[in-house]
Amino acid sequence: MRVVFEKRQSISRQAMVLVPVLSFFAALLLGAILLLSSGANPITTYVAMLRGAFGSTYSFSETLVKAIPLMLTGLGVAVAFKMRFWNIGAEGQFVWGGIAGTFVALFLSQYIPDPLLLPAVILGGTIAGAIWAGIPAVLKAYIGVDETLTSLMLNYVAILYAQYLFYGPWRDPEGYGFPGTALFPEAAWLPRLLNRAHLGLVFAFIAALVLWFIFNRTRWGFELKIIGENKTAAEYLGIKIARNIVLALLLSGALSGLAGASEVAGLSRRLQTGFSMGYGYTAIIVAWMAQLKSIPVLFVAVLMAALLVGGDQVQLTMGLPSSVGLVLQGLILFPMLAGSLFTEYRLRIIRQKNEPSISPDQEIESELQS
Amino acid sequence: MDNQQLQVVLEMRGITKRFPGVLANDKVDLTLNAGEVLALLGENGAGKSTLMNVLIGLYRQDEGEIYLGGKRVEIHSPSDAADLGIGMVHQNFKLVRTMTVAENIILGLKDLPFIPKIQEVTKRIKALSDQYHLKVDPSAYIWQLSVGEQQRVEILKLIYRGASILILDEPTAVLTPQEAQELEHVLEILTSEGKSAIFITHKMEEVMAFSDRVLVLQQGKLIASRNTDETSPQELARLMVGREVLFRLDKEPCQPGDTVLELKDICAMDNRGLPALNDLSLEIKSGEILGIAGVAGNGQNHLAEVVTGLKKPSKGQVILNGKDVTQNSPLQMIQSGVSYIPADRIGMGAVGNMAVSENLSMKGYRKEPITRNGILQPKQITKFAKNLIELFRIATPTPATRIKFLSGGNIQKAILAREIDSCSGLMVAVYPSRGLDVGATESVRKMLLDQRQRGLAVLLISEDLDELLSISDRIAVLFDGRIMGVVPSEHVDSETLGLMMGGVPISALPDEAVS
Repeated sequence: MRVVFEKRQSISRQAMVLVPVLSFFAALLLGAILLLSSGANPITTYVAMLRGAFGSTYSFSETLVKAIPLMLTGLGVAVAFKMRFWNIGAEGQFVWGGIAGTFVALFLSQYIPDPLLLPAVILGGTIAGAIWAGIPAVLKAYIGVDETLTSLMLNYVAILYAQYLFYGPWRDPEGYGFPGTALFPEAAWLPRLLNRAHLGLVFAFIAALVLWFIFNRTRWGFELKIIGENKTAAEYLGIKIARNIVLALLLSGALSGLAGASEVAGLSRRLQTGFSMGYGYTAIIVAWMAQLKSIPVLFVAVLMAALLVGGDQVQLTMGLPSSVGLVLQGLILFPMLAGSLFTEYRLRIIRQKNEPSISPDQEIESELQS
Repeated sequence: MDNQQLQVVLEMRGITKRFPGVLANDKVDLTLNAGEVLALLGENGAGKSTLMNVLIGLYRQDEGEIYLGGKRVEIHSPSDAADLGIGMVHQNFKLVRTMTVAENIILGLKDLPFIPKIQEVTKRIKALSDQYHLKVDPSAYIWQLSVGEQQRVEILKLIYRGASILILDEPTAVLTPQEAQELEHVLEILTSEGKSAIFITHKMEEVMAFSDRVLVLQQGKLIASRNTDETSPQELARLMVGREVLFRLDKEPCQPGDTVLELKDICAMDNRGLPALNDLSLEIKSGEILGIAGVAGNGQNHLAEVVTGLKKPSKGQVILNGKDVTQNSPLQMIQSGVSYIPADRIGMGAVGNMAVSENLSMKGYRKEPITRNGILQPKQITKFAKNLIELFRIATPTPATRIKFLSGGNIQKAILAREIDSCSGLMVAVYPSRGLDVGATESVRKMLLDQRQRGLAVLLISEDLDELLSISDRIAVLFDGRIMGVVPSEHVDSETLGLMMGGVPISALPDEAVS
C-alpha cells in the first residue's frame, strides 16, 4: 500500500476556506500544549483572551486599533507578494510613513492652511512609504538585487533613524526627557471613530476595495497578475516587467506608509518610542493567511489583532506573558503552509500492486518496489 | 581500430521501454566492443536518450536484458551503473558551481573518508588529466570554467571513478569547433586504452568524424547498424529521416503577395555569448508559409525571438512591411501585427494559474471592447472567449477554468486561437504540433493553412519534416545558425533535407537534388 499526492483536476474551493480555519484551530491545539507545559489551563486562557479582545466595546475598539495598521500593511505586503516580490520591508515603510507624517505635522504646519494639514500629513507619509519600497524595487527590477535582503535591511535603517529623531533633534523640549516629539497641532489629528479606533479603519476598507478593483477589473491589474504568475509569458506578451514591478511596489509601500501616517496622526499624535511594534512583520502572516486576497486581509487582520490584545489581557488578568498571542500568531503559519498543498493536491491511497502508472517516474518506483 | 580482435563488453538485448501512450524503445539490440566509439543517431524522440537512461539505471526496461562482459546484470540506479563501470555525461552538466573541480570529482564517492585528503585527490586528477589530455585545474571553481572545460571535468569524473564505458549525450552541442576537435582527441586516447564510448547525436558530421560504428534509431526501433567507414552521410540522412511522407493536406496553390518580413544578415548571440545566428537572411511574402527545417538547437528559438522583438540581433536588419523594426520592443512587434506561437507553451505561451478566458484575451486586452479606458469588461472577456472556444473547438469545462487543467493539445489550441485572432501580418509558429495527437496535429496544420489563405505570412519552425513538406511553400534549412539553403517544398526529398540539416550547404549538393 502506498500513499501518493495527486494533482487535483481543479482548485478546491473547500480547501481554500478550510485550510486557514483548520490551521487556526491547529494553532490553538499546539498552543494548548505550550500553555499546559507552563502550568496554565488552556481553556480559561483562551476564554480570557477572547474576552480581552471582544468582551466589551472598549476591548473591541482596542482590537480595532491594532487591526488598522495590520490591515493596511497586510494589504501592502499582499500587493508585493502577488508579484512574487518578497517585500519584507513593510515595517520600514510603515516607520517612514510615521516619520514623514510627523515632519509635515510639526514642521510644515505653519505653511499649510489648517484644513489641508491632515491630508498633507497622510499624503506625506504615504509618499515616504512608497519611496522606501521603491528603493528595493528599483534595485531588483533594473539590476537584479535580491529584494529580501534589501527590504529587510532598510527596516533597520528606518527604525533606527526614527529613534535618532525622537531621541535627538525632534525630541520635545518640554517632554521631561521622554523619548518622543511634541504633540501635533490639532489640525493634524486624525478623527477617532470609536474610543481610540481612528479613521484609518475607513482608509483600510477603501484601500481593500480599490485593490480588489485594480486586480480584478483593470488592465494594469491584469498585467500585474500575469507578471506575478509567469514572467516569461509577460515578456512574451509585451508587458513592461521592470516598470510594473516598481509601480506595484510603490503602491505596496504607499499602503504601509499610509498605515504609519494614520498611526501617528490617529493614535499617539506624536512620533514616540514604541511606534515600531512589528506590525510590518505580522503583516506577512496576515497576507499569507488571507491568501493574498484583499478583502480577506481585513478579517485576518482583526483576528491577528485580537491575538495581540488578548495576549495583553491574559498578562494583566492571569499573570501569563503577553507573548502568548505572538506564539499563537507564529503557530498559525505552519499548518497554513503545510495545508496550502491541499488546495491543488489530494492524498490518494493505492492498495493494489498493479495500478496503472501515472508518470514514468512512478512507474519505475512501483517496479522497483515489486 | 583493429577489427580482428573484437571483444564485446556490453550487450543490450531486446530492450523495450513503454511510457504511457508511447513506445519509447521497441526491442532494441545494442552491442559495444572494447575500444569502440559507437554513435546513436536519430531524430528527437527516436528513443536514443531513453535507451541510454535504461543503461545507466535512470529507467528500468519493461523487457530485455543487459549483459556486461557476458554476464547478465541488473542496473537499478546510476550508482549501480557506476559500480559496473558505466558513466554518463549528460547534456546539462551535473556539477556544483560553487565547488572546485576536485571537490566535484569526489563528490558522492562511496568510500570517501570523513575528511577527504584533497591533496592526494588533486595529484591523481592531475595525473589523469595529463594522461588523457583533459587539461583542467583541479583547484579551480566550476563557475570559473568554460563549457568545454566543464565537460572535461565531467569526463574526468567518470574516469576517476574507473568507468570503462562512457556515454556522452550530444557532447558537441555546447562546444566550439576547436573544443569539439579536442574532444575527438580525448576519445582517441580513451579508446586506445580499451575503454569504449557511446555518444548520442543527430549530427551527421559528428558520426563520421568520431565513431567506428553507428546505430540508427527511428521511432523507438533500431533500423540500421553500419560501420562508419562503410556508410555515407547521404545514407545516414535517409535512414534517419527518410520515411515516406504520410499525408499531404490539400492546399491551394501559393499566391505570394508583397514581402512581409525580410531578415538581412542577422547575427545574434546566445546567453553564453556564443554566436547563435550567423549572417542569416530570409524573406517571407504574404500568403506564403516559409518552413524552417533543422534539428533542435540550431538557432530556431533565437530566430523566432529576433523576429518577435524578444531578442535584439547583434548585427543585421529586421524589416517588416518595408519598415526597419530591428530595435522594436516585443510590444511594438505585437502592435505591428506579429503573432508568435512559442515552443514552450506552458512556460511562455500561457499563464497556468489564470483562466482560459483570461489567457485567450492576453493579446486583445489592450484594446476595446475587452478594456474600456483601462477598465476590464468581464462580460466582453467571457463573450470573446466563448466565441474562440467554439471556433477552435477548445475542450474546457468552462471559460473560467484555469488553463493548466486542460490537456496539452487544448492549451495549444487556446494559444493558437489567441495568436491567430490577434494576427494581422506575420505569424511565427515554433513546433506548433509537437506532442499533439494526430487529430490535434491535423487541426493545427489546417489552421496555419487557413492563415496563409487569409493572406498572412507564416514562419513555421518545425522539426517534423512531414509537417514542413505538407504545409509549407518553401523550406529553409537551418544549421548552426546559418541557412543551408532554401528550396520549394514540392521539389525536394527528405534525403536532401536530411543532408542540409546535417550541415551540408545547398551549393555542395548535386544539382538534381534540388531541381
